[in-house]
Amino acid sequence: MHGNGHSGIIRIGFYVCHCGHNIASTIDVKSVADYVKTLPGVVVSCDYKYMCSDPGQELIQKDILENKLTRVVVASCSPLLHEHTFRTAVEKGGLNPFFFQMVNIRENVSWVHTDKNAATEKAKDLARAAVQRVISHKSLEPKHVKIRPEVLVVGGGIAGIHAALTLANAGKKVYLVEKNPTIGGHMAMFDKTFPTLDCAACILTPKMSQVKNHPNITLWTYSEIAKVDGYVGNYTITVKRKPRYINEELCVGCMDCIEKCVYKEGKTADEFNVGLSKRKPIYIPFPQATPQVVLIDRETCIEFKSGRCKKTCVEACDRKAIDFKQQEEIKEIGVGTIILATGFQTFDASKIPYYGYGRYENVYTSLEVERLVNASGPTTGEVILRDGRSPKTVGIIHCVGSRDKNTNRWCSRTCCMYSLKLAHLLKEHTNAEVYNFYIDMRTPGKGYEEFYDKLLEENVHFIRGRVAEVTDCAVRPDEEGKLIIRAEDTMIGIVRRVPVDMVVLAVGMEPQADAQDVRRMFNISCSTEGFFLERHPKLAPVDTFTDGIYIAGACQGPKDIPDSVAQAGAAAAQALTLIDSGEIELEPNTAYVVQEECSGCRTCLTMCPYNAISRDESKQKAFINEALCKGCGTCVASCPSGAIKQNLFEDEMIFSEIDGLLKAKLQECC
Amino acid sequence: MTSANEQSISGNKWEPRIIAFFCNWCTYTAADLAGVSRIRYAPNARIIRVMCSGRIDPQFILDAFSRGADGVLIGGCHPGDCHYMEGNYKALRRTQLLKRMMKDMGIEEKRFRLEWISASEGERVKTVINEMTEQVRALGPLGLPEKFTEWDKELESLEHEINGKGDTVHA
Repeated sequence: MHGNGHSGIIRIGFYVCHCGHNIASTIDVKSVADYVKTLPGVVVSCDYKYMCSDPGQELIQKDILENKLTRVVVASCSPLLHEHTFRTAVEKGGLNPFFFQMVNIRENVSWVHTDKNAATEKAKDLARAAVQRVISHKSLEPKHVKIRPEVLVVGGGIAGIHAALTLANAGKKVYLVEKNPTIGGHMAMFDKTFPTLDCAACILTPKMSQVKNHPNITLWTYSEIAKVDGYVGNYTITVKRKPRYINEELCVGCMDCIEKCVYKEGKTADEFNVGLSKRKPIYIPFPQATPQVVLIDRETCIEFKSGRCKKTCVEACDRKAIDFKQQEEIKEIGVGTIILATGFQTFDASKIPYYGYGRYENVYTSLEVERLVNASGPTTGEVILRDGRSPKTVGIIHCVGSRDKNTNRWCSRTCCMYSLKLAHLLKEHTNAEVYNFYIDMRTPGKGYEEFYDKLLEENVHFIRGRVAEVTDCAVRPDEEGKLIIRAEDTMIGIVRRVPVDMVVLAVGMEPQADAQDVRRMFNISCSTEGFFLERHPKLAPVDTFTDGIYIAGACQGPKDIPDSVAQAGAAAAQALTLIDSGEIELEPNTAYVVQEECSGCRTCLTMCPYNAISRDESKQKAFINEALCKGCGTCVASCPSGAIKQNLFEDEMIFSEIDGLLKAKLQECC
Repeated sequence: MTSANEQSISGNKWEPRIIAFFCNWCTYTAADLAGVSRIRYAPNARIIRVMCSGRIDPQFILDAFSRGADGVLIGGCHPGDCHYMEGNYKALRRTQLLKRMMKDMGIEEKRFRLEWISASEGERVKTVINEMTEQVRALGPLGLPEKFTEWDKELESLEHEINGKGDTVHA
């Protein structure tokens, strides 16, 4: 469907917005309005303080009626912000909303240029271009697409869990896909959470259990997204379910098989305990894993490696749940909206060699310490170092990998708080002297500053200075056998050497290693740091630039549990808005073939990544399926005959824009 | 492109005029981000928004030059990140071909630039526009419309000459 030919009468209304001081302090808006008044076709040209406000919009509607306008141009902020607002206003005024063009003189001019004359000239050029362009606009109808009610949530950490439960409780069907064998994410690894020192597992496991038992949630763990097709409201997702070699329906999680495995003790680094302990090839990540089903790691299982294991595990299982023949399963599902909650990874401390991680055995990352102090961890909550001792002195180094030009520039937001928490827990478990080496103390949340006060009263030592290095080179007798932390104590202006038994590195949060692959698969953007990009940092923190896809939690940026849960709720609400309204309006910027002009050369057929173009053999001409077309315009530019046109971005319109932008210059010389 | 052309007829000092085609999803968003972040850059570029860099027809670029643009900039998503999968690759192919043609037409390479700028690279918008403005400034005005006018005048005077002599030849 292409627009109806434009009506013969051109009566253009032009409005330039002051946007308070934002535009008017740099651009002489009155002279822009005066200039545009002189252009052919313009019957109304005025300026107004805030065009997007109600009175501003009413001004447009009044003029459409009284001045019989057939085109409207507004010069104000970015179309990405208010194009929809003004199109709606134009429609209310009785004119087809696509007879509207917007000029960006704020983000692209007044906010970025200081030379007022140059800015005003630029505004005039841009206004002229828009006034010329809008003449060739046609009346169009927006596409309406139905939204399927099913939702896909990718990632089963606290954010994914909360989003899934919110949607399921609202009566929507949710598919929760998690790549690890259990949900719970990083939160399941923590011991206590700040500032209340709630036990992480105690507040998390009830939610995990709710997910497992909820009739509206289909939980697929140990599964990954293989392919995403479709568009908002109608996504087709291909999910790859990796084989556990255990029948999920039959296994009850009794773990007899693990007990009876031919391996007498574990030999493989246990992922859940961050390598601090070892597991067998048949294992469960942790006892409260959800689903409570074991799995077999085929890389280390003797049966897979040699085919000649006694298979004592099979004997031990009276449910006959073990199935070495299990294959990978491919599932295809249809959903309307997607929420990405894929979380974060911790900074790799070995990238900072002078902190000694990996070289000195008693240098730990914060995540490792979470497992050490955890009662269900590798040392049952006793803080025992790798060399068997219990520490008498501990140094906690803040900002490892964060706030650093050499590694990650950003502040990871949670490390100060969790470093305070670990200081408290370590002191509680060992009564050691604890030293926190910090740059700034960032404790912005509810109860966070009070938590810091409590730590100050507990006699934890705070040294303000970025740690230069951790070394085992003793210079004095009391440093023998210890790790020495060297840092400038900036409060007293002295470089200090603090000998400790244990060093804890407060590693920062960064995007997951596969974040780029994930975001390409879902066709969303990332920021320069690599976190998923939100549509607007203030007003749309959980939306993305791709309709129907939302983000929540640490995958959007470093944050703590309360903020992750808040975002998850927000993302679920956004998804619900879409689902409950039943349909979404898409911009009608699709391409179409003017058959009379098509020569049948076939150049366009391979251009479309969505396979929207096909050849009508009977007519020997190209044909575009409007429902599949996404409006990129690539085929339009490729057609040698100029037979393919794009609504809203016709060649005619762009040529008028180019002409309008350069007209002033042209008039000067010729 | 002589220094005589450095001053336009109105007497104002010549400023490079760059037409920029920015793709909606990446580069245009980055330009908005530059605005929101109040990053200042040269006012010489005029932005035309398209949905994808793949929409850009080589004719637009040639038309821009022929109407007086001193430089043309195309901004698209980084390879692999195109919102419509492959549009930016098509833009890349077309610009490669166009560059070779333009060389033959006598248009300097630095006047036509294809840049990949992602949605969060507001700083890069500033860097690219500032850099390109200075490079084009150093090259001076391209002045195609003026040349066309000159050539038209030349042809006209040639016609007169021929017609003047023609009377006696055709007699």
